[in-house]
Amino acid sequence: MMLAASSSDAAQIGVWGLAASGILIVVAVVVSLWRQLGLERSMLWSALRALVQLIIVGFALQLVIGDDDPLIWSFLWLFVMLCFASWTTAQRAKDVPRVFLLSFVAYLVAMAVTLGVLFGFDVYEFEGRTIVPLAGIAIGNSLTSNVLLSRQLIAAATKQRRVIEGRLALGLTARDAFQPYLGSSLRTALVPQIEATKAVGVVALPGTMTGLILAGVDPLDAVLVQISVMYLVLGSVATTATVMSLGISRELFTPAQQLRRLSHSPH
Amino acid sequence: MFELSDVVAGPADDPILRDVTVSIPAEGITVLAGPSGSGKSTLLRLLNRLDDPVSGEISWKGRSLDAWPPTELRRQVAMIFQQPPLFAGTVHDNLRVALPDVSDDRALHVLDHVGLAPELLDRDALLLSGGEAQRMCVARAMLTEPHVILADEPTAALDTAARHMVEHLARKLADSGVAIVWVTHDTDQLRRLADHVATVFDGRLAAFGHLDELSVSDDPMVRRLVGAAQ
Repeated sequence: MMLAASSSDAAQIGVWGLAASGILIVVAVVVSLWRQLGLERSMLWSALRALVQLIIVGFALQLVIGDDDPLIWSFLWLFVMLCFASWTTAQRAKDVPRVFLLSFVAYLVAMAVTLGVLFGFDVYEFEGRTIVPLAGIAIGNSLTSNVLLSRQLIAAATKQRRVIEGRLALGLTARDAFQPYLGSSLRTALVPQIEATKAVGVVALPGTMTGLILAGVDPLDAVLVQISVMYLVLGSVATTATVMSLGISRELFTPAQQLRRLSHSPH
Repeated sequence: MFELSDVVAGPADDPILRDVTVSIPAEGITVLAGPSGSGKSTLLRLLNRLDDPVSGEISWKGRSLDAWPPTELRRQVAMIFQQPPLFAGTVHDNLRVALPDVSDDRALHVLDHVGLAPELLDRDALLLSGGEAQRMCVARAMLTEPHVILADEPTAALDTAARHMVEHLARKLADSGVAIVWVTHDTDQLRRLADHVATVFDGRLAAFGHLDELSVSDDPMVRRLVGAAQ
């Protein structure tokens, strides 16, 4: 996909530009002080933390996804992202058996499918500059829905144990016995993303597009990139949720089609 | 039919059932009696293979439960619970969970068999009374044509009239050749229903036999568990 940058200077706000935009944080802090919200420290800390984190990421990305850098660095970055996303999922959905491994496999399959389509059809050039940001936005969005889905499935397996065992006792397979909960949990995980996809542009201009326009890219080109990113996100969320739900379903039942007792109740 | 040999079940470090050895016959109503928490329900869940024992051996029709495909075993050995597990939708939808292609005629026939009116077929299952819900669960289980029905205190949450209806249904099923294994701690109910009795006390099988035999047991605890005059 070719992007037409009308001005290469548009994106370069420089140190002074950054400092000037920091005035907005001062505004927020003043509001907090004036209304006695007690959020000043938190605002300053989050602003500073975001600044440091993103500058580190920026330098790291420069090292990893430059035109001359070997692709192995991008894949290493992708691997670290997968590990971090899986670890975060594991922290937020502790009751899921083997949650790190399941999450890792789910994100990995989602990446293989979604990036496979985008690069396979030459939507984007296969290079570090595209691999890392596309994977990042897809995994980041999938993470939220994956945690939601995991918690929903565990809650169903514990709170609906009586009904699930009632279905098993009729001779249903574990898959059939759990199917109603699998379906509803998947819907719960996917609906927010579907709604977000529907509302895009109506409520707010999405981030990728805004960033590209600010960087001087022609708005229509920016829109095309944004749409492909939204489809990427939707595809990734759906794939992650599907793989995760199948994995969790397997973990919840024994080979003898018995519903396992989980050691912790859901949060 | 069910042969249990040295069965231990529950958490390995603190088992609920210990060293249970018994043969449960393939006819009539066998009542598992004992105080709450004695391990009766645990024993019943083993027979439907909702749980596995920690050690020991259980066989059904001469074949180890491990060797049965669980789905096939559970269709032959149905289970009904103290709290009827109702599935979303109508009574008809509930019946379809047991038998997806159940015909209207078959559905109405099985409702009639358990004493439920035909107009209940399209009723939302969640709107059934306790007694109706329990009988619907029996009807649902009947669609798998079970050889045995395991009943885990199925009348504990019912009023007297509904309790008698479910008991009457159990007797009717037993007389038609479906063996019943019925858990209760209600000694009056035991004496109304039991052809055979297994008394469970503190995780161990205290006695097994005909009600008449156990009523004159030397063990006063057994006599008390079967509600015999002391």
